[in-house]
Amino acid sequence: MIATDLALVSHLLRRAGFGANRKEVEVYAEKEYEVIVEDLLSPDLSPQYDSDLISRHLMGTVTSDSFAQVQAAWIYRMINTPRPLEERMTLFWHHLFATGYTKSESAMVCAQQIDMFRSICLSDMKTILVALSKDPNMIFWLDNSENHKDSPNENYGREIMELFSMGVGNYTEQDIKNASRAFTGWTFAQNIPLYPFGCYPPEFEFREDDHDYGEKTFLGQVGNFDGYDIVDIIVNQPATAKFISRHLYNFFVADEPQVPAWSIQEPEDPAAVAALSKKFTDTGGNIREVLRLLFNSDFFKNSRFKKIKSPVDFVVGTVKIAGTHTVPQPDLVNLAAATSLMGQTLMDPPTVESWHTGAEWVDSGTLTDRVNFAVEHIGDINSIGIQDIVHRIKTMGTKVSPEDFVNRCLDLLGNMEVDSKTHQGLLEFANSVGELQFRNAEENQQSLQKIRQMLQLAVSCPEYQFT
Amino acid sequence: MTTVSAPPVLVVVQLSGGNDFMNTVIPITDGIYHDSRPTLSVKEEDTLPLNGELAWNPVAAPLKELYDQGNVAIVQGIGYENHNRSHFRGMDIWHTCEPDKIVTEGWLGKTIRELDPKGDNVVTGVSFGKGLPRAMVSPGVPVTSVSDLDSFGVMSSISADKQREDALGVFKRMYTPAVGSGVVADYLSHTGTNALASAEILGVVPGKYTSTVEYANNSIAKSLRDVSRVHTAGIGTRVFYTQHGGYDTHATQLAVHPKLLMELTTAIMDFFQDLRDHNASEEVVMLVFSEFGRRIKDNGSGTDHGSGGGAFLIGDRVKGGLYGQYPSLEFAQLANGEDLGYNIDFRSVYSTLLDQWIGVDATPIVNGTYEQLKPFIE
Repeated sequence: MIATDLALVSHLLRRAGFGANRKEVEVYAEKEYEVIVEDLLSPDLSPQYDSDLISRHLMGTVTSDSFAQVQAAWIYRMINTPRPLEERMTLFWHHLFATGYTKSESAMVCAQQIDMFRSICLSDMKTILVALSKDPNMIFWLDNSENHKDSPNENYGREIMELFSMGVGNYTEQDIKNASRAFTGWTFAQNIPLYPFGCYPPEFEFREDDHDYGEKTFLGQVGNFDGYDIVDIIVNQPATAKFISRHLYNFFVADEPQVPAWSIQEPEDPAAVAALSKKFTDTGGNIREVLRLLFNSDFFKNSRFKKIKSPVDFVVGTVKIAGTHTVPQPDLVNLAAATSLMGQTLMDPPTVESWHTGAEWVDSGTLTDRVNFAVEHIGDINSIGIQDIVHRIKTMGTKVSPEDFVNRCLDLLGNMEVDSKTHQGLLEFANSVGELQFRNAEENQQSLQKIRQMLQLAVSCPEYQFT
Repeated sequence: MTTVSAPPVLVVVQLSGGNDFMNTVIPITDGIYHDSRPTLSVKEEDTLPLNGELAWNPVAAPLKELYDQGNVAIVQGIGYENHNRSHFRGMDIWHTCEPDKIVTEGWLGKTIRELDPKGDNVVTGVSFGKGLPRAMVSPGVPVTSVSDLDSFGVMSSISADKQREDALGVFKRMYTPAVGSGVVADYLSHTGTNALASAEILGVVPGKYTSTVEYANNSIAKSLRDVSRVHTAGIGTRVFYTQHGGYDTHATQLAVHPKLLMELTTAIMDFFQDLRDHNASEEVVMLVFSEFGRRIKDNGSGTDHGSGGGAFLIGDRVKGGLYGQYPSLEFAQLANGEDLGYNIDFRSVYSTLLDQWIGVDATPIVNGTYEQLKPFIE
């Protein structure tokens, strides 16, 4: 029994997760929309992700410093997690708190940070910013380990406000200096490995003797503040509510201007961001509550195919449709390499500012990479997902008209909506190859090739760049 | 404007993160420099001489060599008013020449429109590396972005010729720009159409190139080699863009910064050597810039964000030497009370390049009239 429109479920799963094949969509759609949202918001109710198989496949992920393996393991988890929103939010925090492998202690520490994001992903802003400030990978990335009582380093003190919570223009240089002082002594301890190789995970360490206990003025308040106090004050700023809400809107609903513009350019949908901000403020920055409002809102439901896919959306979403990589495959590392080629190297943002999003994901080079990736993966007729699509087309009857052929393919590729010239282009191709027939083995084979080509063309169209 | 026979070409190298200009071209005889940087100051005996007051970081030897040949203009103290030390805004301002508002048009995007008003050649502007910098973007201006020059082509995985041809036909149709389809859809249409066209042109480039110069194996060397491959192929590219990241040296600067400078300056030297071997260097000028300079005082391990910095203009026809004055390290002269100031607005340098080198009217591109460096071309 279908309780929720399939296209709406597809939309929700693309945004709150990483997409789904038709079978998965149908299972979700047996529930009411609000119930699906609740399920997504409560990942603990779904089975735990089992990392055993992938760890054994990527031997050494746990102990060695192979960046490619750590990336591959994460991509694999995005594809296979039974808790889509948990993984999506983990990616959200990574996007917002972008930390790079090229300046990290090791790939293991990068993975440790991603695990931390996962554990706090739907909690409240205070918990999140405290966990971030204590994260060894972040401490190293923004040099808080070099932030000493006698020689403060302003990197983290600046970026926790500019990039991670409030945005530029809402604090002074003096606030930066004093926030930095409050975080002096927040560093990490590197456990000495037992053997001459390998390493243990670093742990947060507070060094009392390196902490500046003096009085500080911060955002108009005066006190002997430490890092916790700074986070407290930041979380209660209206600028933080708006900045985080805008990030959630940009990540889940529709593309906003690039983040540097936010201090001087209002949101595209001010009412939506205001509603999210209000919920943020009313709940003390409870992210689960803000997301509940977001997913149940009309502005979310009406945002279908309004956002440009990120490279991760594109790669993982395409693989989900193809139905491959449900067990570890040797080419798994290629998927992470593909997102990298398209401009998004997981766990290695181009700069501290993270990635530019929206239309800036696409240029002539990355569009070429995206089209080529989709053509290759959707063209794999041996994959389970594509075989399922073929099967569903076959059951339409012994003869399928060109018009039905096009529409059914678009429907099965995540309820795609295309404009008239794309539709015309696909229809012309369908007309040129003639109707599909399935009366004997030879016709089956011919029709299979036609379906394959049609699917490849459909994922090459401009609309497939959108989610 | 230049008088060489080949049309003038501009190569931009962006140093992302904020290059520490003070440790690149060093005010070596200034006591304040040494006092401010107990950890990071370079000892005079380790540096390479530039003039009585300034010295090169020793790892920048290749750049010194080009300078000594008279081919490097050092712009000392470049910046702009009211610097807020943000990477974000800093880079945006350099890209768009708009310090007070956010726009989507970059200065090079506008330049490319001037050079090729009808967008006849989709490779008039080519950017290498991941993502297209805003500097190169302007609505309706085709710009080619290349992540991997050796495998550039739409649907290259479809092996059967006839099938690929059919597929590209449909692709072309689906990406035909349509009136009233919206800004983003319109942008995608143009991008798809350009991708097809530029792949056709760039596809032949790798096969045409031979060189005796062996570039190092790092990102900036790879990018500059790609610039050389495309430039020497003679396909009409006038503006190239490349990026070199990692300059945000808040910590462990002693380990990181010299490595970057060495990669950068070696790649630049190899690049010009390569062009000279191909008899293709005269028409090229390179601009090397960064979004800001770093703090005068070190923080015990690195340097925090600063304001004024430096830039380099390099080329066989550049009139080498020092331009502007090195910003004073005296407290009263500092920006924000602790940063190098600037004596030359970055838009002056852009205007110089646009007006005296590329030969287009700088005013509408940099949004105003700025004093130019003169004489800049020999």
